[in-house]
Amino acid sequence: MSQQNRIDGGQIDRTHKLSFSFNGKFMTGYQGDTLASALLANGQRLVGRSFKYHRPRGIFTAGSEEPNALVQLRDGAAQEPNTRATTVELFDGLVATSQNHRGSLEHDLMAANDLLSPFLSAGFYYKTFMWPKAFWEKLYEPMIRASAGLGRLSMQEDPDVYDHGYLHCDLLVIGAGPAGLSGALAAARAGLRVILADEDFTPGGRLNAETYEVDGQSGADWAASAVAELAAMDNVRIMTRTTVYGAYDHGIYGVLERCTDHLKDSAGKPRQVLWRLYTQRALLTAGATERSIAFGANDRPGIMMAGAVRTYVNRFGVAPGQKVAVFTNNDDGLRTAEDLKTKGVEITRIIDARNGDTVVNTTGRHGIHTVHLNNNRHIEADCLAVSGGWSPNVHLTCHHRDRPTWNADIAGFVPAGDLPPGMTVAGAANGAMTLAAAIVDAHTKAARIAADLGTSKAPGDPAKASDETFATAPFWHVGESKKRAWVDLQNDVTTKDVKQSHKEGFRSVEHLKRYTTLGMATDQGKTANILGLAIMAEAAGQSIQDTGTTIFRPPYNPVAIGAFAGRARGKDFRPYRLTPSHKWAEENGADFVETGNWLRAQWFKQPGEKGWRDSVDREAAQTRKSVGICDVTTLGKIDIQGSDAATFLNRIYANAFLKLPVGKVRYGLMLREDGICYDDGTTARLAENHFVMTTTTANAVTVFRNMEFARQCLWPDLDVHFISTTDGWAQFAVAGPNSRALLSKVVDDLDLSNEGFPFMACAECTVFGGTPARLFRISFSGEMAFEIAVPARFGDAMIRGLMAAGEEYDAVPYGTEALGVMRIEKGHAAGNELTGQTTAQMLGLGGMVSKKKDSVGSKLSERDGMNQDDDLRLVGFKPVDRSILLTAGAHFLTPGDPADMTHDQGWMTSVAYSPELGHSVGLGYLKRGKERIGEQVRAYSPVRNQDIMVEVCSPHHIDPEGERQRG
Amino acid sequence: MIINHPLLGPRDAAEFVNRGDACQIDRPDGMTASMDEMHDYAYLRDNPAGEVRELWYHEQGDRSWLVVTRNTLTHEITSVEMARDVARARGRST
Repeated sequence: MSQQNRIDGGQIDRTHKLSFSFNGKFMTGYQGDTLASALLANGQRLVGRSFKYHRPRGIFTAGSEEPNALVQLRDGAAQEPNTRATTVELFDGLVATSQNHRGSLEHDLMAANDLLSPFLSAGFYYKTFMWPKAFWEKLYEPMIRASAGLGRLSMQEDPDVYDHGYLHCDLLVIGAGPAGLSGALAAARAGLRVILADEDFTPGGRLNAETYEVDGQSGADWAASAVAELAAMDNVRIMTRTTVYGAYDHGIYGVLERCTDHLKDSAGKPRQVLWRLYTQRALLTAGATERSIAFGANDRPGIMMAGAVRTYVNRFGVAPGQKVAVFTNNDDGLRTAEDLKTKGVEITRIIDARNGDTVVNTTGRHGIHTVHLNNNRHIEADCLAVSGGWSPNVHLTCHHRDRPTWNADIAGFVPAGDLPPGMTVAGAANGAMTLAAAIVDAHTKAARIAADLGTSKAPGDPAKASDETFATAPFWHVGESKKRAWVDLQNDVTTKDVKQSHKEGFRSVEHLKRYTTLGMATDQGKTANILGLAIMAEAAGQSIQDTGTTIFRPPYNPVAIGAFAGRARGKDFRPYRLTPSHKWAEENGADFVETGNWLRAQWFKQPGEKGWRDSVDREAAQTRKSVGICDVTTLGKIDIQGSDAATFLNRIYANAFLKLPVGKVRYGLMLREDGICYDDGTTARLAENHFVMTTTTANAVTVFRNMEFARQCLWPDLDVHFISTTDGWAQFAVAGPNSRALLSKVVDDLDLSNEGFPFMACAECTVFGGTPARLFRISFSGEMAFEIAVPARFGDAMIRGLMAAGEEYDAVPYGTEALGVMRIEKGHAAGNELTGQTTAQMLGLGGMVSKKKDSVGSKLSERDGMNQDDDLRLVGFKPVDRSILLTAGAHFLTPGDPADMTHDQGWMTSVAYSPELGHSVGLGYLKRGKERIGEQVRAYSPVRNQDIMVEVCSPHHIDPEGERQRG
Repeated sequence: MIINHPLLGPRDAAEFVNRGDACQIDRPDGMTASMDEMHDYAYLRDNPAGEVRELWYHEQGDRSWLVVTRNTLTHEITSVEMARDVARARGRST
């Protein structure tokens, strides 16, 4: 296809031709084009369908404020919906398709919505989908979902990678237009570390789009030379294709750099980088955005912002039409006519609202053909350039809730002054709307910032330019238009919707926004908001100043979720840790599970085993029969030292620790200050002033944090110090009747007899002829058991050594599932039982909470409500029909009672199949449980569809007297 | 946000964990306090729009607990102290 609208000039590289496709049609453009400029060069005016009415839409602007020209880019997994054609840099092989139509773009079946527009006005959803109630789930919601959104996701994993980064600077200059370049030059010459960020791939802003002169050269040439000067300085970093999307606290800015979006392929490099930018100061030189005028059928393809028309003509060498009409309320519109005439483009009419001339309607299928004036005359035009004046880009100034104020001189909102700390606004963004004024304003302010920050070098002189004429008369909408006039093109909001909002009482700007959805699309109403406010003000008979404005929130422009996620996705979303025996476990058929932030073996599959139960039953049975070994490194380990260590432990554990003898271990129960149990574990006293604590795997971090709080904030002068050694020691449980025999082969010179090393003993020792170790005689399984710890680097050797030593006893490795089976059989509480509502009384540990001392939570644990006799108690359960498997989460009911919450008697917390007993066993909380042992209750689980009778028993399903662990 | 750590200088707030009101330093002695006093200590917090004193823990750093004076309306931080010093100044010791 020929580029029939291509004209002379512009900053494109005509020696570098690029081919691309739009809706399957092949077209060509040049290096330096955007997708929008290339489409216009090829005469493609229709590029999409509107959100609500499916109206034909074209390219409306030449920048990131674009409300209309949203397209799907690329294909396959890399397909991306809702990209703005006006910001997409053309590359060879680019594939784009239009969005939001059924059938072809030209013949959209959903265009019927346009005929329904009388019913689809403001508040349509709120009014329509209210009744009948039953229709919501079956009809309305599926219907809304089917028609919602513009583009479509690929539904495949994003093939690109995204990165996060951190940057620091003295001054961040936001926007590299004339003001930004001027400010950056002054600050950089004065010696500040400057970062200059701009969305565009070519810095210069409007200088590239206009025919101004600066310092005696064309604006674009001056911009290029300013960029060259800045790029040569060590203290400057220029970031193009980079959007500053948010102003956060304490001078931190959110910044998105698009690194490879302009390339066909990322080639493994990060596609985008989300920078967190730490600044001393920021200079906002974001310029201004042109706004439209609301007149009948002002949304037709070919109707464009006048400034955008100049951009396409001057920067891209593209005439958006052959016969161009101009509708304006300010001198900018006239400049458009001049620029076009210079390039030989025919101007069919200049319609200046200041002279009383207006456009009331347009006609033309799939694009404008005729302009209808208020004097009943018709003008032929395939492009209508509209200028309703310029609005300063105050977006980032609002991010700390500054509400801009109305400046009647420029007919626009300007920053009110309650800016994010450290931010200065200069140039058009601050209301200095003309070229020379903007350059001087930014230069002066940047020089002042440099002086403030203590630099002594000279900022130089501002560039010389002349001020263009800037005469504007507020003019918002054509009252005599009979046809629908669009305010917000992206969300299809018309002047009628705004007036209706007023009529129905939604008159504050905040209500107007939410009721009509004005400004709530992805463009945040950059070209639309002020129009809407002005029409509302007029309807209310008040000034724009009194009507006020809504404010902007981050992001300034849409940021992909992928960029926020960065590398933290898939398996890297949350890193996990590996136990010291991981490699060995992998070699031995382990199946792994995430517990907390660890990957642990849950069972070890042996040849011939059909399901996980086979493996788990074997591991538990063999452990109880002979000996089993389990990696328990993941339990939190805290090394505690100091002359007040015992005193400290006595205050953070609910039970007594002061008199724990050296060489002994004690079970400890931790309460929150409100008296609820939150963690438990064992603490060993290795020496008078040296303890080793274990916590549950899940709470290792929280317990440590709370201990530091107690140490620094509650008792700051206790002589106690601690450090987390969870990763420092590899620890293995060795459990079962042959555990002593096995360890006797491993541990050097230590009497492991019951007399020499009884239940709850601990010692520092060595293993395998000199490797340092710690030995604890503690039991989670209920068997005679030990835990042996060695420095983590010996963990792999240790598991291999233990298994070799255990060969003669048929030692078996066991995973977390068998661990769970055995602790349920034994009646030990774990995470399922510690729900955050569990009292010591419920666990049957009420007597452990010492009343003779003050410890965290002890006082409030004495409250009446937490010590009711008829409260829940932890007991055991077994099915009356022993062949049935119990269900965790089942609720208990007294037989004969109805199954409702008023008759609820508690719930089952943990269940397991006990290979030792040959049937299912459970733990659970039952009201007055201890008094009901031997009773039968109903275990009812409507969720799992189970309703059975269970027998209440001791939670210690095996060895209730504890003879095995003491043996 | 940036917290100006008294020992380490300015650090990003992402390195810290927040625990809420610094009044948690003033823990009554459980042996002498009434149930009401202990209840108020555990549960009652002011929720002002404006200046608050909060406990922040430098978990990804040196493990110091800090008392940060912050304005909830502006996020301006006007002072950062070592919680241990604050605790001592409020009469806490062993």
